[in-house]
Amino acid sequence: MHMADALVSPAVGGTMWAAAGGSIAFCARKVKQSPRDDLVPLMGVMGAFVFAAQMINFSIPGTGSSGHLGGGLILTLLLGPCAALLVIASVLTVQAFFFADGGLLALGCNIVNLGCIPAFIAYPLVYRGLAGNARSTSRGRAATMVAAIVGLQLGAFAVVLETRASGISELPFGAFVLLMQPIHLAIGVVEGLATVAALSFIARARPEALSAPSQVGTSVRLRSVLVGVAVCAAILGGVASWFASTHPDGLEWSIAGVSGREELRSSRDGLRGKLAALQEATAFLPGYGFRTTGHPAAPAESDRPTAQPWPAVSAETSLSGFVGGSLTLALACLLGLGLRAGARRGAGRTGRG
Amino acid sequence: MSGGVLGLGDLVEIGRLDDLGRLDTPMHRVDARAKAIVVLAFIIVVMSFPRYEISAITPFILCPVAFISLGRIPVRHIARKILVALPFALVIGLFNPILDRQPIVAFGPHTVAGGWVSFASILLRFALTVGAALALVACTGLYRLGAGLGQLGVPRVFVVQLLFCHRYLFVVADEGGRMMRGVALRSDGKRTLSLRVYGSLVGHLLLRSLDRAERVHRAMLARGFTGEIRVMRCSAFRGSDWLFVCGWLAFFAAARAWNLAAALGCLLTGGAA
Repeated sequence: MHMADALVSPAVGGTMWAAAGGSIAFCARKVKQSPRDDLVPLMGVMGAFVFAAQMINFSIPGTGSSGHLGGGLILTLLLGPCAALLVIASVLTVQAFFFADGGLLALGCNIVNLGCIPAFIAYPLVYRGLAGNARSTSRGRAATMVAAIVGLQLGAFAVVLETRASGISELPFGAFVLLMQPIHLAIGVVEGLATVAALSFIARARPEALSAPSQVGTSVRLRSVLVGVAVCAAILGGVASWFASTHPDGLEWSIAGVSGREELRSSRDGLRGKLAALQEATAFLPGYGFRTTGHPAAPAESDRPTAQPWPAVSAETSLSGFVGGSLTLALACLLGLGLRAGARRGAGRTGRG
Repeated sequence: MSGGVLGLGDLVEIGRLDDLGRLDTPMHRVDARAKAIVVLAFIIVVMSFPRYEISAITPFILCPVAFISLGRIPVRHIARKILVALPFALVIGLFNPILDRQPIVAFGPHTVAGGWVSFASILLRFALTVGAALALVACTGLYRLGAGLGQLGVPRVFVVQLLFCHRYLFVVADEGGRMMRGVALRSDGKRTLSLRVYGSLVGHLLLRSLDRAERVHRAMLARGFTGEIRVMRCSAFRGSDWLFVCGWLAFFAAARAWNLAAALGCLLTGGAA
């Protein structure tokens, strides 16, 4: 369920980074205010525990496949939402840095989908609502199952929304939902079973570990959670509708923001004008892909392949792009080899290599 | 966190990346903040291209290549990690050729559908963004990277959490690995566990982790921990770091504004715009 950078647009990634960053800052403050100073090592070791627990698998009866603990819910149950969110965020960051599991731009999305949703929606609204104070009874176990399933369903739905809003995958909304939700129903059941199994064992072996005093952020009020969810939904809805309005690509503003192309186009004198002329002379893909070749006057909006009649496909331009692209890759690799040789020689001179 | 299952081999890999982070090369000597900013800007700019773009993205490979070569990172190491992480992007991206069949590129008489172009674009971007992120860690090491993030304003509690999690990863995972070896020796060749056995194994691992956290906490108290977290400030932002950041950002801006690869192609083939 980790989203990769290659499927996230900067606008969506940035929005989710802001959401995740805000949650982390909020939780960091809560944890800092907490009187428990054993929380720092506890959170660190629990993050490591999640990694280690993912090494252990159990067989799912009748399917021949196996499942393992995801970790979001069990961390929330043991540490409380705020500390748990920080642990999940750190686990996701380590996964992004060391395993390329989820990317840096997508990190915000992943923290929201796998951290904020279990910690701030599934736990307070579902688990605590269903379980009440009955933690280690069958009612508590049922609440854990439901919370795990709801958390993963919402997380999977968030993945669909974020991928759609990014507009990089062609998958239509309905098909993507039908693809993701059933898979994550199964994953949610597995997550719930694993969480319940581990917690039941602890309830038998050392019940006092489950009744840890003053979990941080447990006192998060229902109203503030609802307000937070509403604000996030409003922001996301705004971003999504904005994207829908400039469909199909909806990337123009970020492109303009990054490249300043609007200004480049608008001022035609001096160096800029020359550069723009150079660009027109050389760049057969003037920033909007292959299809604008026939219609230089209507660049950004006619972005859909259907908007371009068939004869506009030009073999010549395709060829120059292909040659240029391949040559650039080859040059970059050669340069890398050269730099590496240079670095090695430099290291040899100073006696390090 | 429903990602791949962590095996002992992965821990060796993490250790390998940590070892690389301790090298001393020109790229390792650049301030962690400078590298983090450049890599983040790189990913944002690469992902800001429209979906059918390929050739304009190719010049961006210069950035990971420079990191990897100047940092003397083994290319095979990074390439293998990229391949291991590929499936998700591959599966989602493969729907593009199925759903988008409008031809948009022609090579002589042959045409290529838009879906294949955007699919290739996704794969190229995937390799670039993942490669850049891995190169960042390999050229910096998590400790320096964490300290740098702290200096950039990331809450200190989170930075400490990141470093603690990374530090105890090996310890706790070792414990998990020993448990699994014990199970394997006693289970007569059966590979997977029943849910009941699984529960007690993971529960045991959890209890051991809690115990370890308590021991760590006592050790910290014994060394004067008062609840205040201290992260060592390790480096200053020098002039060369400014140059590094500004140079790369200028390159990204230029490569984003103009299709450098197509310009090269036009120059060589004599093709027109």
